[in-house]
Amino acid sequence: MIVCTFDNSFEGLLTVVFDAYTWKIFPDSILPEGAVLPMFTSKVYHVVTDEKKSSRVWNALVRKLSTNVCNMLMYAWLADDERDNDLLFRYIRKAIDAPASIENNFGDKDVLNLHQLARKVGHEAQYLKQFIRFQKAADEIFFAPVLPRYNALPLTIDHFKDRFSDQKWVIYDLRRKYGYYYDLQTVEEITLADDTHLLSGKLDAKLMAEDEKLFQDLWKGYFKAMTIKERLNPSLQRQHMPRRFWKYLTEKQ
Amino acid sequence: MLCIVLNCFLCIIMKEIILEKLKILAESAKYDVSCASSGTVRNNTSGGLGNTVGGMGICHSFTEDGRCVSLLKIMHTNFCIYDCAYCINRRSNDIERATFTVQELVELTIEFYRRNYIEGLFLSSGVIRNPDYTMERMVRVVKELRTTHRFNGYIHMKSIPGATRELIDEAGKYADRMSVNLEIPTEQNLKLLAPEKDHASIFQPMRFIQQGMLQSIEDKRKFRSAPRFVPAGQSTQLIVGATNENDKQILHLSSLLYKRPSMKRVYYSGFIPVNSYDSRLPVIKQAPLKRENRLYQADWLLRFYQFKVDEIVDDSYPDLDLEIDPKLSWALRHPEVFPVDINKADYTLLLRVPGIGVKSAKLIFASRKYGKLNASHLKKIGVVMKKAQYFITCHELPTFTVNEASPEYVRKVLTEPKSKKSKKDSLQLSIVFPEPLAPITPK
Repeated sequence: MIVCTFDNSFEGLLTVVFDAYTWKIFPDSILPEGAVLPMFTSKVYHVVTDEKKSSRVWNALVRKLSTNVCNMLMYAWLADDERDNDLLFRYIRKAIDAPASIENNFGDKDVLNLHQLARKVGHEAQYLKQFIRFQKAADEIFFAPVLPRYNALPLTIDHFKDRFSDQKWVIYDLRRKYGYYYDLQTVEEITLADDTHLLSGKLDAKLMAEDEKLFQDLWKGYFKAMTIKERLNPSLQRQHMPRRFWKYLTEKQ
Repeated sequence: MLCIVLNCFLCIIMKEIILEKLKILAESAKYDVSCASSGTVRNNTSGGLGNTVGGMGICHSFTEDGRCVSLLKIMHTNFCIYDCAYCINRRSNDIERATFTVQELVELTIEFYRRNYIEGLFLSSGVIRNPDYTMERMVRVVKELRTTHRFNGYIHMKSIPGATRELIDEAGKYADRMSVNLEIPTEQNLKLLAPEKDHASIFQPMRFIQQGMLQSIEDKRKFRSAPRFVPAGQSTQLIVGATNENDKQILHLSSLLYKRPSMKRVYYSGFIPVNSYDSRLPVIKQAPLKRENRLYQADWLLRFYQFKVDEIVDDSYPDLDLEIDPKLSWALRHPEVFPVDINKADYTLLLRVPGIGVKSAKLIFASRKYGKLNASHLKKIGVVMKKAQYFITCHELPTFTVNEASPEYVRKVLTEPKSKKSKKDSLQLSIVFPEPLAPITPK
């Protein structure tokens, strides 16, 4: 079994593709450096990420495939799971080798799996747009902690930048320890030195703006009043609003 | 010092008052089930707040009854001059009443929106003094949101039957969607439960909205910057189970309403037994949720599956089957159409197979170019094989379809309640000891 190691970046993956076609050696498994090698490994190649190579591959893909498929590849990458590297590699290889578009060939296992993975990441981005709750801090910045399963936060930034263009906001991914800050002009990627005080999801009372508590209470009161008791259906509620988001939802705190 | 304390005290009291008002008016508004927040694309403007997304709307939360909360659904006031039997806000009900000022409503909407709690506002109202007065106050709220605060989020406004054309035209400039609820499907039952109302007065604002929309589309063809009028169309609601109409009457009405281009959705609300003291209303233990579910499924068949209303319900089957969904019910009544060959049938026929939805039909249609599909492909695509197996053939040995089995057998198999995983081992014998005889008590 041929194994390739790389630096766990998207450019690295594209460089692996470039090298595979150059040397005509197609790895069975692609792993990040330092990962445990599987049994029966015969050869290990280490690929150094090269920007020129990766951009050549990406340009070729963009020319050959529809925007839809390129987006799907990006989404699948953002799923942030090392086990999917092989799936991405096989899909890219099939897409390059096939004379016509394989986009709709759902009879092929890899095509279907990639499609479903991209859909899962897309859903996670939609969940983020639904369930992010901002809290107003005393310095007029709206702050929101999140804990998404896939790295779908970059997909939502355009939406929030357009919608809340007249307020400063920060959205912070607690699992991956990075976030985005919008200062009324541009969006920047940030990391917080110490985020332990955010794990509970609530800002300290000292840090909150004066009327923040009032609006949180109003929202909680409104949420409770909206329930029609004769139609209680908690499993339907959990189906639409998975429990993993409840920790940072104002109305469920 | 005393001033500060008094100030704090007043603040606390005012907060309590607003919270109370919000709860009262939310409780009054919750029976209007319309919840869509999609249908318009409105980008933010510089210095403005918010946008609306096209395509699917964003549901920000879900209540314990499973319904989505995407808009701040609130009444401007729940005082009302009418006395409709099915409404919780009827004037003869002794409930807490409250009114929001324009300022309070605007501030609530904006602050909730900024925190990403809501997509926008759903404004309804009880009728106070007269329809024009009520409508004018509601228009003030949405006008202030759009003009003073440059709010670009979603606004859904109820229009009050009886309001003048000018007020509806004014409201349409600011709202994304407007709606007016029919509530009772037939005129004579409406007269029974709400003698002060009639269908003509409800169809009138619907006509005004439709005319305004068509006029705006015409204007936009000539001048690109002509203002939009109710871009997301209109909707309406029917109460199910409060009166004796059968499903055929309800679905015929829906089908007629959908023929108008401006009608985007008809909502069906299962009757919740409020006002149980009123003898005109039926006495039911529980809301007819199953029936409501089947009506929504039939509604989907009309809109997305290219069914005609006569195929779903007709004189010999005037009510929807509660045990099975309407598409399966149609399929069992028309076994001559099946089995459908997955690899050859056209899109319309694929849609008719129970277990194949719009998404699966599209995927099947697209994948057929690359090769024949078999049962394992279908399962991965997401077809419900448990239902579909009786109605299709694919590139395999002939299977046990609805024509080999009979429709009755298929129906029986598909409606069998799911057997709970038996905790008892099936090989274990159970020995039943006879009940001990009652002890003989000496007299």
